[in-house]
Amino acid sequence: MSKKIGDVILDVKNISLSFGGVKALTDISFNVREHEVRAIIGPNGAGKSSMLNCINGVYTPQQGSITFRGKTFSHMDSHQVAVMGIGRTFQNLALFKGMSVIDNIMTGRNLKIKSNLLWQALRIGPAQREEEMHREAVEHIIDFLEIQAYRKTPVGQLPYGLQKRVDLGRALAMEPQVLLLDEPMAGMNVEEKQDMCRFVLDVNQEFGTTVVLIEHDMGVVMDISDRVVVLDYGKKIGDGTPDEVRNNEDVISAYLGTSH
Amino acid sequence: MQTTFPRLLLNHAAQRPLEPAMREKEYGIWQALSWADLAALVERLSCGLHQAGLRRGEHMVVLGANRPRLYATMLAAQSLGAVPIPLYQDAAAQECVFPINDAEVCFAFAEDQEQVDKLLEIRAQCPQLSNIYFDDPRGLRNYDEPGLVAVDALEASGKMFAAAHVNFYKTEVSQVKPDDVGAMFFTSGTTGNPKGVVHTHNSLLNRARAGADFDKLTHTEEVLAYLPPAWIGQNIFSYAQWLACGYVVNCPESAATVTIDLKEVGPTYYFAPPRVFEGLLTSVMIRMEDAGAIKRGMFHYFMRVAQRVGPAKMDGKPVSFTDGVLYALGNVLVYGPLRNNLGMSRVRVAYTAGEAIGPDLFSFYRSIGINLKQLYGSTETAVFVCLQPDNEARADTVGVPIAGVEIKVADNGEILVKSPGLLKEYYKNPTATAEVLTADGWYHTSDAGFLDAHGHLKIIDRVKDVGRIKGGANDGAMFAPKYVENKLKFFPHIKEVVAYGDGREKVCVMINIDFDAVGNWAERRNLPYAGYTDLAQKPEVYQLIKECVEKVNADLSVDTLLAGSQVSRFLVLHKELDADDGELTRTNKVRRGFIAEKYKALVDALYEGRTSQFIETTVKFEDGRTGSVSATLKIDDAKTFAPVKAAA
Repeated sequence: MSKKIGDVILDVKNISLSFGGVKALTDISFNVREHEVRAIIGPNGAGKSSMLNCINGVYTPQQGSITFRGKTFSHMDSHQVAVMGIGRTFQNLALFKGMSVIDNIMTGRNLKIKSNLLWQALRIGPAQREEEMHREAVEHIIDFLEIQAYRKTPVGQLPYGLQKRVDLGRALAMEPQVLLLDEPMAGMNVEEKQDMCRFVLDVNQEFGTTVVLIEHDMGVVMDISDRVVVLDYGKKIGDGTPDEVRNNEDVISAYLGTSH
Repeated sequence: MQTTFPRLLLNHAAQRPLEPAMREKEYGIWQALSWADLAALVERLSCGLHQAGLRRGEHMVVLGANRPRLYATMLAAQSLGAVPIPLYQDAAAQECVFPINDAEVCFAFAEDQEQVDKLLEIRAQCPQLSNIYFDDPRGLRNYDEPGLVAVDALEASGKMFAAAHVNFYKTEVSQVKPDDVGAMFFTSGTTGNPKGVVHTHNSLLNRARAGADFDKLTHTEEVLAYLPPAWIGQNIFSYAQWLACGYVVNCPESAATVTIDLKEVGPTYYFAPPRVFEGLLTSVMIRMEDAGAIKRGMFHYFMRVAQRVGPAKMDGKPVSFTDGVLYALGNVLVYGPLRNNLGMSRVRVAYTAGEAIGPDLFSFYRSIGINLKQLYGSTETAVFVCLQPDNEARADTVGVPIAGVEIKVADNGEILVKSPGLLKEYYKNPTATAEVLTADGWYHTSDAGFLDAHGHLKIIDRVKDVGRIKGGANDGAMFAPKYVENKLKFFPHIKEVVAYGDGREKVCVMINIDFDAVGNWAERRNLPYAGYTDLAQKPEVYQLIKECVEKVNADLSVDTLLAGSQVSRFLVLHKELDADDGELTRTNKVRRGFIAEKYKALVDALYEGRTSQFIETTVKFEDGRTGSVSATLKIDDAKTFAPVKAAA
């Protein structure tokens, strides 16, 4: 298998973030190349989610800059991030539980919908054609994620593993160039994890989407990522290919456990 | 008139080019493929395969779920005089090695990445497998394997070939004769290697036609193709009869959406093994228990009406005026909505086969107005041997021999069949062929049975399992273990049964309770229990099981042949029989011989008249550890009934 990894698309430089006296991130720098699967790992409280939240514009770092496609920002604006083509999923699912799978994924098309609210409410003319077009895009995602059997099921009734898939589907609906996945395999059984791995790799390979993911399961990370960043107590302690990281002394003692 | 699969395709394409041949649900919408489009697709694939080197008489494996392009590929191979071999899509890679090598297969059609991976995995063992065509390209983008080609590319190359050789396809089709081999099906042997059952175009299409005539099927039928295409039943229902009648075959979106698709399509002709019908009934019952009091009351009241009136109505017998009115009311309020919910509103003919179906289950469907019937046949007979006529469907018979079939019962009770649908041979296996297909043209089914007074075939058991009672009051009476076991298993409280009696003076059985059903039963009676072993040995449970056994005995006593198979003594086992412990086969059939050895103490106790017996058994847990269970099992006697001699 071969795929083309391109130039740096997202460059994080010297990011520091603190909440009062708590230093969540200290001077973190790493970059993400186009079409790669980049993992961020680290023990609980290492600052992984905070890092994603900085990229995503949820948190504003006190120091540092983020460069996306040649544009440098001292802080990101969530809306702007989405418009630029960065999508994300959440560790603690943020789906609309009472809405069907189709409707949930449809919300991911929000940014792509051009017709105004009135036209949409009346569902006439161009608004209807546009809705059909978006529905088609949603159907392709449903097909891709193999959730055809649950199209009309309210998301709250689905098992956790499937909700995660819907969450990924909604992020895919905005056709992101970079996809941030916050613990996509957390709380899943082995079979669900395998499925999710395959979807992540398929997204990466079929659509060329760059993937940045946070993950706890070392087996998963080592198998599917091209490069790994390791955080510990808000500091970067390792960066490189899975093999390099696996042999990094600091990483071994901090995360994988030291052999005495 | 004898014909071939590709000729039928061309006929339909000529006569009604724009009507739908198949539908497939994709991206949420049912997409139709017309007969003309299908014929054009088959022509392109056929030309592509010819160009790639597929020749007359060669085999091509097709591996995947029911999809239009899988069917088109089978037709394309048949158009060239090649022989498609459908394999089970859920088979493990290693299971595909034998068929592929046995039939010297060089060409394969694979539905998707999963199937391609399987074929690539065994490629070292099957070096001749040169061409693999895949339908769904997902995940295969970066595969760089020699001979791995997309069906799209095959179609494109075929299109160019067809343009350059305008009459090639028609000439090829005209050269395929009805007596040429049309398809091969591998039967999963319980022992040894599978056997390739060779069928000609005519043997399959003749039976397809006979079945269609029997049920007056037309081109207006709708069928949902959801069982594996490698199974001959699916192949007859959605391929041979599809081409014979020209109806519409609908391919479900995925295996998980079958129940949804069933409702959307509303098939008129439907087939399912008993376990599917059982699953549907269970889901209805569970939802009914959760429904509001009014709905539930209405359901139970009208189901009682249906049980009383429905079967008679289905059999075309007259019913009283009040019953007629009540049933009509029930039809509006309960049966109609229920049929709709099951996706069976439009079912004209439904069949079940493969294993015995419980009488209650069978009559449930018939009583709510679904024309469910049974049939008898096998891979070797191209399915249709016996079918139940519309008004004569019974739970314990499998119908009458249909047009073209002759049936004879051999001296040992084995059913022999003569029919135009018999297999040509087992592929490269003359010994096995000679065993089942004797020179006088009879096929030996290895099923024991007889034709009853109404000319209906009744299957009792496998010939090799049928034994004789020796000594005692019923000396020399026939003993059919599976028949007795099945009768007991039809009770929801009984999960598994092992019956003994061959060469002994009476019949004794060991029973496994169904933990869910009996557990639920006990809870509703406020009967406390500590677990499976404890529940199994409760006196109340013994009483419950005893009633079941005695009902079976009463039933058997009126059976002229099997009155001697009544159960004299029984015990309830302390653990569930399990395939992990070698007590069941992987397809959940009891291994009587093995169990008799393992539980020798129990079998002896049954026959020595003891009232209880201590037993300790080792069990294997799912994680591979072993442990042991021990219990003192009670043994109880059951009432038997004097045989009722038939008045005639």
